[in-house]
Amino acid sequence: MTRFSAFSLFSNALGGHKDWPEHWPDAAPKPAYDAIIVGGGGHGLGAAYYLAKRYGIRNVAVLEKGWIGGGNTGRNTTIIRSNYLYDESAHLYDHAVKLWDGLSQDLNYNTMYSKRGVMMLAHNVHDIQSLKRHIHANRLNGVDNEWLTPQEAKAYCPPLNISPDARHPVLGAALQRRGGVARHDTVAWGYARAAAALGVDIIQNCAVTGINRGADGAVTGVETTRGAIACRRVGVSAAGHTSIIMRMAGLDFPLESYPLQALVSEPVKPVFPCVVMSNTVHAYISQSDKGELVIGAGTDQYVSYSQRGALHIVEHTLAAICEIFPIFRRMRMLRNWGGIVDVTPDRSPILGKTPVKGLYVNCGWGTGGFKATPGAGDLLAYTMAKDEPHPINAPFNLDRFRNGRLIDEAAAAAVAH
Amino acid sequence: MSGYRLANGGRIDRGVRRRFTFDGRPFEGFSGDTLASALLAGGVQLFGRSFKYHRPRGVLGAGSEEPNALISVNRGPGRFTPNLRATGIEVYEGLAATSQNRWPSLRFDLAAINDRLGMFFPAGFYNKTFMWPRSFWETLYEPAIRRMAGLGNPPTEEDRDHYAATYAHCECLVIGAGPAGIEAALEAASTGKRVILVDEQDEAGGGAMSDPALWPWLERSIATLAGAPNVTLLTRTTAFGYYHDNFIGAIERLTDHLADIGKGPRERLWRIRAGEVILAQGAIERPLVFDGNDTPGVMLASAARTFALRHGVAVGRSVALMATHDSGWRDIVAMAKAGVGVCAVIDARTNVSNDVQAEAKALGIPVHLGQCVIGVKGRHAVQAIEVASTDGSRRRTIACDALLMAGGWTPTVHLWSHARGSLAWRDALGAYVPETCSEIVRCVGACAGTWDFGAGGLINTLPSPKPSHRARAFVDFQNDVTAKDIRLAVQEGFRSIEHIKRYTTTGMATDQGKTSNLNGLRIASDALARPVTDIGLTTFRPPYTPQSFGALAGRAQGPLFQPTRKTPIDGWAEEHGAVFELVAQWRRARYFPKPGEDMHVAVNRECRMVRQAVGIFDASTLGKIEVVGPDAAEFLNRMYTNPWKSLEPGRCRYGLLLREDGFITDDGVSARLDDDRFHLTTTTGGATRVLNMMEDYLQTEWPDLDVWLTSITEQYAVIALQGPMARKVLEPLVEGIDLSPGAFPHMAIRAGRICGIPTRLFRVSFTGELGFEINVPTAFGRALWERLMAEGQHHGITPYGTEAMHVLRAEKGFIIVGQDTDGTVTPYDAGLGWAVGTKKKDFVGKRSLARPDIVAPGRKQLVGLMTDDPNLVLEEGAQIVADPKQAVPMTMLGHVTSSYWSETLGRSIALALVAGGHGRTGETLYIPMPDRAHSVKVCSRLFHDAEGARLNV
Repeated sequence: MTRFSAFSLFSNALGGHKDWPEHWPDAAPKPAYDAIIVGGGGHGLGAAYYLAKRYGIRNVAVLEKGWIGGGNTGRNTTIIRSNYLYDESAHLYDHAVKLWDGLSQDLNYNTMYSKRGVMMLAHNVHDIQSLKRHIHANRLNGVDNEWLTPQEAKAYCPPLNISPDARHPVLGAALQRRGGVARHDTVAWGYARAAAALGVDIIQNCAVTGINRGADGAVTGVETTRGAIACRRVGVSAAGHTSIIMRMAGLDFPLESYPLQALVSEPVKPVFPCVVMSNTVHAYISQSDKGELVIGAGTDQYVSYSQRGALHIVEHTLAAICEIFPIFRRMRMLRNWGGIVDVTPDRSPILGKTPVKGLYVNCGWGTGGFKATPGAGDLLAYTMAKDEPHPINAPFNLDRFRNGRLIDEAAAAAVAH
Repeated sequence: MSGYRLANGGRIDRGVRRRFTFDGRPFEGFSGDTLASALLAGGVQLFGRSFKYHRPRGVLGAGSEEPNALISVNRGPGRFTPNLRATGIEVYEGLAATSQNRWPSLRFDLAAINDRLGMFFPAGFYNKTFMWPRSFWETLYEPAIRRMAGLGNPPTEEDRDHYAATYAHCECLVIGAGPAGIEAALEAASTGKRVILVDEQDEAGGGAMSDPALWPWLERSIATLAGAPNVTLLTRTTAFGYYHDNFIGAIERLTDHLADIGKGPRERLWRIRAGEVILAQGAIERPLVFDGNDTPGVMLASAARTFALRHGVAVGRSVALMATHDSGWRDIVAMAKAGVGVCAVIDARTNVSNDVQAEAKALGIPVHLGQCVIGVKGRHAVQAIEVASTDGSRRRTIACDALLMAGGWTPTVHLWSHARGSLAWRDALGAYVPETCSEIVRCVGACAGTWDFGAGGLINTLPSPKPSHRARAFVDFQNDVTAKDIRLAVQEGFRSIEHIKRYTTTGMATDQGKTSNLNGLRIASDALARPVTDIGLTTFRPPYTPQSFGALAGRAQGPLFQPTRKTPIDGWAEEHGAVFELVAQWRRARYFPKPGEDMHVAVNRECRMVRQAVGIFDASTLGKIEVVGPDAAEFLNRMYTNPWKSLEPGRCRYGLLLREDGFITDDGVSARLDDDRFHLTTTTGGATRVLNMMEDYLQTEWPDLDVWLTSITEQYAVIALQGPMARKVLEPLVEGIDLSPGAFPHMAIRAGRICGIPTRLFRVSFTGELGFEINVPTAFGRALWERLMAEGQHHGITPYGTEAMHVLRAEKGFIIVGQDTDGTVTPYDAGLGWAVGTKKKDFVGKRSLARPDIVAPGRKQLVGLMTDDPNLVLEEGAQIVADPKQAVPMTMLGHVTSSYWSETLGRSIALALVAGGHGRTGETLYIPMPDRAHSVKVCSRLFHDAEGARLNV
């Protein structure tokens, strides 16, 4: 792997950039691997990288039916935070946030993780109670999250409207300073490049069409559009299509898929320094390094695999943004798109083993999977390497939907994540 | 200074002059000019700076495809708009336009150093560097990148304009009012259909406006359409998105072109549902890719023709054409006939048909076949071009002050693609054309690929003898993506066009690749040595062109962002100094301070008066549902945890509603009015959710049940009278209801009259005191409230708000769903196991209550807490631990859900969810706060009148 640095950029520039190698080779499937990851998003690529880097399994393939990073990795609003309420969630997401810090150096690829702070607004007494509950729980879990008065919130984010006459006045905010954003595509590419350098095959345009199992029921390999591949350890990290892959192994997965829309404005000079989320008004916003305002809100109401949403969601989202930030009414929407989010009954992920031996799963991240990318990748890799979950992801098992040990952040706090 | 106003011609009104400024310099144009045409007429060629390299840029196009000429317009305070295209800004008297993304001036831009150092900033450079040292990213690198990026300045003041929205329905929606769209609209209109014809320009006509021969036809056609009662013609209206089932979003710009904007809305959002959609969006000419193709003065041939024939502006005095398509020849001939000086026509092809050549030659224009432009001289304006044969021989220089590009045409399939229509590649066009779509839609004219533009357009990257890595041949002009960048992306292993797009940012600028996508795709295809159809096509997404947030947000602003629901007694509360809080969509009186009182003092007084005398409370916001039908009791029996069939008419019952997962979602006291009629109440915030949930079950799970649900929340005002004197206040006013304890016990309902008004009178209590809730038709709410206040004067009647209500109920241990429960709490956790009808065959959530974790020990259970320091009121949301000295991360047992000063008890009280809480009575636990840990004792949550003696009086 050619090391990236200011120096290598400089010296290659002098050579007309003719010597840059491929980020990752275009691999064709081999007959067998020690481990296969189904799904070439950030989570799957991360899992392949950590399998090779941390857990000594290098004969690994990532199978992607389209192009890597083309699902929710490349469609989300890139918010990173870990100020979750429950111990299980706080530990899960904070594991990821700790990995985010230093990821660029680890991968030798600038993922542009920018710790500019994530601020969640309180608009009524109930919001205050809920956000303060988060702050207290986070403090005792060692996760940073602090309460700001409206004036402090305005100082942190000058475009914020804190007029007490607003329809939903800002009564305060919870700020996680370590929260922020990253550049989504680079996460997929950085993991792919670093994993490939360790021997992982990144195989695009290769859809899984079947899961092969032996007489004992254990996984023996997969069928793909590019032939059969033998393997005894298969990790599925395919977002909304996980339920389709799992059905190939005879498993029913409790996932529902909804369109989730996002949009960006035309780029302008820096105007918005942090990330702001409001659950009551229902929108979230940041400004990308390119200058675009990056905006999202809730899912469309109906289950669908169509990466296309309805106009009224956009109207409501922008009304909410303009309500909190009235200076943005003359900004213009440049692009609006949809992704498909896979949602479990408690809106927390499923990350661990399955009832089929050798088959592992990472899915159900709903609207909040990007922030977990390094953590989910690492924990899926750990679980596959050891054939047992790490203590952090052990609570996020499939069994909880039978035994009732749910981890329901949304019900607990009614906060989008 | 090269462009100038032609002596005559064009559709401008030369009798109406428009004075305006650009970067403070005064200019003059005519009515009918765009900012681009007027500035070109004034000799301006330099319009802006590119995004990354800050290269000087002129106008490329004449319409909404324009990537370069981005302008900020300042219309005064609160009316600053960045990133507008000069080709779309209509010139009005007093227009103040400024260039952007440059400092200190457009001609001298310090950031143009980026261009000199461009070799160090190829595609994806930022992925490769800015990593060391780690801490510099947020402090140094990123702020620098951010300042350099962005285009115009953001607005800094609240927008002073307002926006409108409307709905429209039609049998036929035609998008694009060029010749094809007009013909389609005429045809549809003649059959009597309702037709809506929309076009983004200020005038209908499209390409016909650049062809004077078509003007008589255009005038006739527009007159016909204007006179047809079934046709709506919307100009300055962009159909920006195609949504499910022929639902089209369009935005009409109403005032941006006016000198005096008046008081009307700035823009209007049209939400159009159409029987059939006819797309007539035309096609966009493709630029050619060669070294220096971004120099100001290099533009599309079709744009130059538009400036000449529609606006009466010559883009130069000595204009050259570089063509690979016949259409450029027609354009330059038309321009020459209009008086524009043409110095050369160059075509990369050798097989240009004689018909096409003949007119140019007849006009004496020098023609150079089999040759290409390989370079452009001039930085801020074209001075000359370098030309060579396609084999690299015969290099020479031709002086000119404008160079036109004719690289073929790309059908505009954006909206078609929004609708998920499929596309087919046409070699003959070098472009994709619409194929099939599941919506009721068809394409006509150029966007269907059926327009006759002539032949050519298969060459877009011009051959050049120069070394390719030296060339600055732009593909995406605004984002500064060169052919070299695309080849580098391929070299670095990016094979999907989506990856190439994201790595190079081609097609991601504010023009969304209207002029660059196809060129980029073909260069990638060439670099990969694979057919175009193998490497995919990026997805077109709404909006077609950028649309203002304001128009999409519409009137949902300020008080109209969401209606504030007010009860009929709200006005009285306001007049009496109530402090309000927002609960769901309602505003509710939180407390009624007397002069000098703060919340604490006011709430204490209100609580005291309820316990000692009588309080009056506006409970109108409670959700209310009337459940009617022979199966009403059966239905409620299945919905709620407790039994309902045995409830006698005239009695009330506390109902607990679970979700399927067994957790509490709502509660409320409901009454049986008759065998087949119930009056349900829900929480204020839960009213909509509960009705939806019940309708969902009724319609999808139990359609066999004969039950009707009707929301009656807003039909009744509800006034609670609570306190030992409540009956005394009520007695003189009620007719037909015996209020004596024997005749009207706790948890009963009676119908009758109060002050002559029909009422449903509940005897219920959320305070632990003798209590009534009087339901009367909403219109009588305030009158009754005032009558009760008057009647209660000598009994000490005191209005109280939600805060006192919270305290009073907490003293009795009554839960508030959503505060003391949070969607993870079962009836058993909340100590409400008595409300679960375990003998019932089924109810919503029953199965889940049997799951192992739900019955396991150690669940968080609702308990009371008393602080060791009776004056300390805990913070709601504070966490509870057994050992405050443990290290972080601590093992948390639960949290404080409700916490108040109890005037009744003369000390603080709290409710909390605590792991295994029901077995911890008497235990000491701790609340670690940042400054210190507070000790508390677990206790019963019945803080006051545990036996309920005060209720049964």
